[in-house]
Amino acid sequence: MHELSIVASLFEILEEKVREQKATKVVLVKLQVGKLAGVVPEFLETAFNTYKEGTLAAEALLEIEDIPPTIKCQKCRTEFTSENFVFLCPSCGSAEIKILAGTELLLEKIELEV
Amino acid sequence: MEKKEIIVQQEILGTNKKIALEIRKKLELRGVLVVNFLSSPGSGKTSLLERIAEMLRPGHSMAVIEGDIETERDAERIRRKGVQAWQITTGGACHLEAKMVGKLLPQIPETTEFLFIENVGNLVCPASYDLGESLRCVLLSAPEGDDKPKKYPKAFSTADCLIITKADLFPVLPFNVEQAKKEALEINPRLRVFITSALKGEGIQEVVQYFLDCRKELIQRHA
Repeated sequence: MHELSIVASLFEILEEKVREQKATKVVLVKLQVGKLAGVVPEFLETAFNTYKEGTLAAEALLEIEDIPPTIKCQKCRTEFTSENFVFLCPSCGSAEIKILAGTELLLEKIELEV
Repeated sequence: MEKKEIIVQQEILGTNKKIALEIRKKLELRGVLVVNFLSSPGSGKTSLLERIAEMLRPGHSMAVIEGDIETERDAERIRRKGVQAWQITTGGACHLEAKMVGKLLPQIPETTEFLFIENVGNLVCPASYDLGESLRCVLLSAPEGDDKPKKYPKAFSTADCLIITKADLFPVLPFNVEQAKKEALEINPRLRVFITSALKGEGIQEVVQYFLDCRKELIQRHA
């Protein structure tokens, strides 16, 4: 349940952007959350909706894009996906892999009223 | 009133990562091996640290940062071993963050060779926070069950070593050590696995030797 801490960090970035842009309101916040990020999107949403009260983002909408894992075998170069943290190449069985996507916890974009 | 879209593309925990990178750089250059211990509450992190202190201290200098929600108890246990220890009480937060470690940096003596950080007992949240460690160790105690690696994969997938603790209880528990190792290695084939009993002293020397080797490697890397 560290989603509230994550939302607190998110709001630090939001506050900075609001200041930079001299915005009056945050309308939309879009995140990219990888399936391997160790974060529960539903909890993130609840935490966001609690935290935003009384801030310039009070009416902001939170959009979360789930990013499926993309794993690449370093031996035979096959790309595959896995959501259970077991990363064995389905073609050659190698455990020498590289995670290309799926661990992101990213603030992608925001929409402000200025 | 005008609407404006801004592409940010910024990591939400980017600030934590940045502080962690600074800590790692600073301490590695000083030759300090920082080890972050992750596990459920009660899996034996403090007992393991007590045994490590007994074995490491005669020839080496170590310091400990203890993370807990409340109380100074763990830091007091470590201090009784003659080791400098700082307690961070998070007051409810389920993990340590890099900035908490960063605040203590000025107090870490120049002569320190090993800095052990005992994270808040929790197998989920601490996994998402880099503390600036050079080595991440996850503990799994026999009473927790051999099925934990796949239930809490993030902690196991981000660790460098797995320390199975309370091996003295193997005879009375249905804990299958081979199964636990297999599950953990399927998630993370790079894991070094150790089997220990803080009570009987089993495996502690191997863990200490591993830390000594890792520090040697770290110093060579920065030479």
